[in-house]
Amino acid sequence: MKVLKDLLYTKDHEWVKVEGNKAYIGITDYAQHALGNIVFVELPEADETFGEGDEFAVIESVKAASDAYMPITCKILAVNEALDDEPSLLNEDAFENWLVKVEISDESELDSLMTPEAYEAFCNEEA
Amino acid sequence: MFPYIPNSLKDEQKMLGRIGIEHVDELFRDIPSEVKLNRRLNLDAPKSELEVTRLMGGLAAQNKNTDQLVCFLGAGAYDHYIPSIIDHLTSRQEFYTSYTPYQPEISQGTLRAIFEYQTMVSNLTGLEIANASLYDQQTAVVEAALMAISAVRKSDTILISKGVHPESRQVLKTYFKYRNLNVVEVDLYDGHTCPNNLRSKLAENVGGVIIQSPNFLGVIEDAKALETVTRESKAKFIMAVDPISLGTLRKPSEIGADIAVGEGQGLGNYMNFGGPYLGFISAKEDLARKMPGRICGQSVDSEGKRAFVLTLQAREQHIRRFKATSNICSNQGLLAVRATIYLSTMGKKGLKEVANQCLSKAHYLQERLLATGKVQKPFNDPFFKEFVITMDKPVAQVNHQLVEKGFLGGYDLSKEYPELGNAMLIAVTEKRTREEMDAFVQALEVIL
Amino acid sequence: MFYDKLIFELSSEDRVAYRLPACDVEEKCMEDILPKHLLSDEEVVMPEVSEIDVIRHYTNLSKLNYGLDGGFYPLGSCTMKYNPKINENMAALPGFKNLHPYQPVDTVQGALAMMYELQGMLAEVSGLAEVTLQPAAGAHGEHTGLLVMKKYHEKRGDLKRTKIIVPDSAHGTNPSSAFVAGFEIVEIESDDHGHIDLEALKAALNDEVAGLMLTNPSTLGLFEKNIKEVADLVHEAGGLLYYDGANMNAIMGKARPGDMGFDVLHYNLHKTFSTPHGGGGPGAGPVGVREDLREFLPVPVVQKQADGTYILNDNRPDSLGKVKGFYGNFGILVRAYTYIKTMGAEGLTRASEMAVLNANYLMACLKDHYYLPIDEVCKHEFVLGGVSKDMAEVSTLDVAKRMLDFNVHPPTVYFPLIIKEAIMIEPTETESLETLDRFVDIMLQIRKEADEQPQLLKSAPHTTNVKRIDEVKAAKDMILKWTK
Repeated sequence: MKVLKDLLYTKDHEWVKVEGNKAYIGITDYAQHALGNIVFVELPEADETFGEGDEFAVIESVKAASDAYMPITCKILAVNEALDDEPSLLNEDAFENWLVKVEISDESELDSLMTPEAYEAFCNEEA
Repeated sequence: MFPYIPNSLKDEQKMLGRIGIEHVDELFRDIPSEVKLNRRLNLDAPKSELEVTRLMGGLAAQNKNTDQLVCFLGAGAYDHYIPSIIDHLTSRQEFYTSYTPYQPEISQGTLRAIFEYQTMVSNLTGLEIANASLYDQQTAVVEAALMAISAVRKSDTILISKGVHPESRQVLKTYFKYRNLNVVEVDLYDGHTCPNNLRSKLAENVGGVIIQSPNFLGVIEDAKALETVTRESKAKFIMAVDPISLGTLRKPSEIGADIAVGEGQGLGNYMNFGGPYLGFISAKEDLARKMPGRICGQSVDSEGKRAFVLTLQAREQHIRRFKATSNICSNQGLLAVRATIYLSTMGKKGLKEVANQCLSKAHYLQERLLATGKVQKPFNDPFFKEFVITMDKPVAQVNHQLVEKGFLGGYDLSKEYPELGNAMLIAVTEKRTREEMDAFVQALEVIL
Repeated sequence: MFYDKLIFELSSEDRVAYRLPACDVEEKCMEDILPKHLLSDEEVVMPEVSEIDVIRHYTNLSKLNYGLDGGFYPLGSCTMKYNPKINENMAALPGFKNLHPYQPVDTVQGALAMMYELQGMLAEVSGLAEVTLQPAAGAHGEHTGLLVMKKYHEKRGDLKRTKIIVPDSAHGTNPSSAFVAGFEIVEIESDDHGHIDLEALKAALNDEVAGLMLTNPSTLGLFEKNIKEVADLVHEAGGLLYYDGANMNAIMGKARPGDMGFDVLHYNLHKTFSTPHGGGGPGAGPVGVREDLREFLPVPVVQKQADGTYILNDNRPDSLGKVKGFYGNFGILVRAYTYIKTMGAEGLTRASEMAVLNANYLMACLKDHYYLPIDEVCKHEFVLGGVSKDMAEVSTLDVAKRMLDFNVHPPTVYFPLIIKEAIMIEPTETESLETLDRFVDIMLQIRKEADEQPQLLKSAPHTTNVKRIDEVKAAKDMILKWTK
């Protein structure tokens, strides 16, 4: 299982890469592995706003359809359209292939996300 | 002893021995005594096949069926011709006793038939995808409406024409009411859906517009005009259609519809006093993930052979539970197979010929009826196999007298469309002969 | 030789498989009658084949299917009992199949009499007051029953009851139907015997709960011993108790949901009452309710009048509305009625006894060879937890696929979700001791193979027309129809 060092994580297996007041959000390697072969990704539209914990995407494999939850309150700036045509990119590299790029509404919410170390420990416990 | 329960008392003893108990009652000791039924069920004693056949024959004989009454009744259930090969093929136990094809390796027959069915529905509607079927047209209208609501963000309202089957509207209202979604009806004008009324009701929160064509009054709607109005909003355009008409009338795809639904009873299925019927649904490809129910897809097996399997199952209730696109957990498998065999049998030419005969005969009958001077036509719109006539006497009373003369008269519209007065909706299928129609005209003339 | 055709691939221009009478009125051409903008510019693609082509094609397709008349079908929770042939004959009587739903009621008195009596018979078996025959399937019945519950609370002005409790062992349709009915779903965990955890239930119950949905016997095939207590708890909290009738085949004539305290129930006529599954449908899902909920049932209601005639009554002001076109899957109702008449009170009770005996016999024969998580008297079905508790190499899927090589339909697998590697076996009463013994032999042989030749299982099936199918490819490619 891969966990990247410079990201923040959630218990629902999303990652957040912060760049100033913007961020990229995706699902973790652990999540893509648990889902198996991903066949479809449903993403939100640009300019939509989400609260922390809102469902913002659906990731579908053959045997499961799983919601992705927004780690922080934010507004969508862009979605990764490459996933429309090739959802399996998430299986290839879940960290390289972000789901959405957002504008962070409240940076203090980042404090409640997990560090890479904490997330790794969390995954080991779940397994 | 019972013919469907093979094990004898001797077998029973052997099995009890293996389990290590003496009496079957011990297997029910986990049922608390206060909830046990300590009496015989209050039902008849068992009957032999001969007795049951006699009993059922007696009940069936108390009905007057469409072999005995010449049927001019339609309104959503039609007396179309059913080729005899359909019964023979669907009597094969491999089709009718099998389960849902969850084990694809031993269910390629059902899966291939569903795949053909999906292809036929899609070819009829012109829309890219179709599912493996729904309960009936009424519930298909509901599923289409829910698809539209889920596809159009922040929508909570469906507009539905009063030209859509009254029972479809009723069922839609039932489903929507309890989910705090709204159904708003669009008025008719001169027998067809009024575009201006539609325009006046379109709003931000409308997820879909549903029309039926030919509509419940038999009128072929100017669907393109209604679609054009609908496009002024982000609502999805949904059409309920008669599959028999699609050999000839413009397809939903040509009109620009997003979703098409309809009743497949007329495709080789009996009228069965209202069920089981066959709801079909078809949609543009971008709605695939919103599609309810089962879908069959093509793939390959481990040796590379073409093979078919239920697919996109992650949308369905057994995986996605309450987040599923629908709670439906079955399809009308056997009726879908019947429709597939029907469409194979009639083929491209047959479908067109059925449509043409319906059209020709319906127009013949309308002309003959109007010529009596005892009935009127309330509007001049183009129609296909059904049309409305009005008369001076109440339709229920007229129908009662028609039964005595050997006819099943048309549908009494006075309850749902009181503004039309004593109005009867008459259906004419390819099965009707000139002789039957002439006799019907004569009978009506006498009664009126 | 494997038959690999689709009907479209047999098409040859100008072939026909039909003949209609010549049109005996003046033939109207669409183009003459209808304005051009209403007519299609495109040809419909349909097969052009002869009658023998159609017959051979679908006969060949049927041969690619496994059917119940061909062999054992121990699918848990599906009750794949024998489908009596007389049922089919009765449903095919012209006096039933050739009835139009809108015929005047005095021309369908036999049909209505049958429906009325069937309602009564199903009410008697369930211990409830009245039954509607309108729902088309089990899930449809669930939705209808839940709407009855909603109406009940609404009528009392108790509008904050927006939640339905569903155990984690429930059929997926339960939470899904509750959602479609406009409820929020509260899932509670079962105890380690798959029973309702009374503490969890107590914690979940409050004045926002409309009711609890329960299958009894549970999806593990175990009777809920605390059912009275569960019912009391739910009722004391102001909720209603819903019975998922999927497992009714275990208790006919032995115990009745109404007597257990259930307020609403649905049947699956295609399970308990022997109507065929049709490769996925049609079924029928009648719903029963207790006395004070009758007013909420869907319209129209079949009623018997003082003079002995029957009517379809639409005039029920408190009805929840209509859930389906017309009056239900009548053709299926005819079959179920025929079955109940054939079996009678004694036959139905005996069916449940033998269904339970068959299940317990299989469990006794298999429990030393497969992992049995809960070793208790079962009802009509039981659940194994895979080959063994710690066998990682061979999965339940492998066992199921290997079974195909022995010409047996595999049991339900990976359900209920609360048992890992679940194998859910329901033999039904219509199977003989010999069939059960043969099944045990097959299961034991597969068990042996799992130890000695696991690869044989992992690559199974070997003898079927097609082998394991690439489901990922199907979902990715989305080829959902034939194209030239």
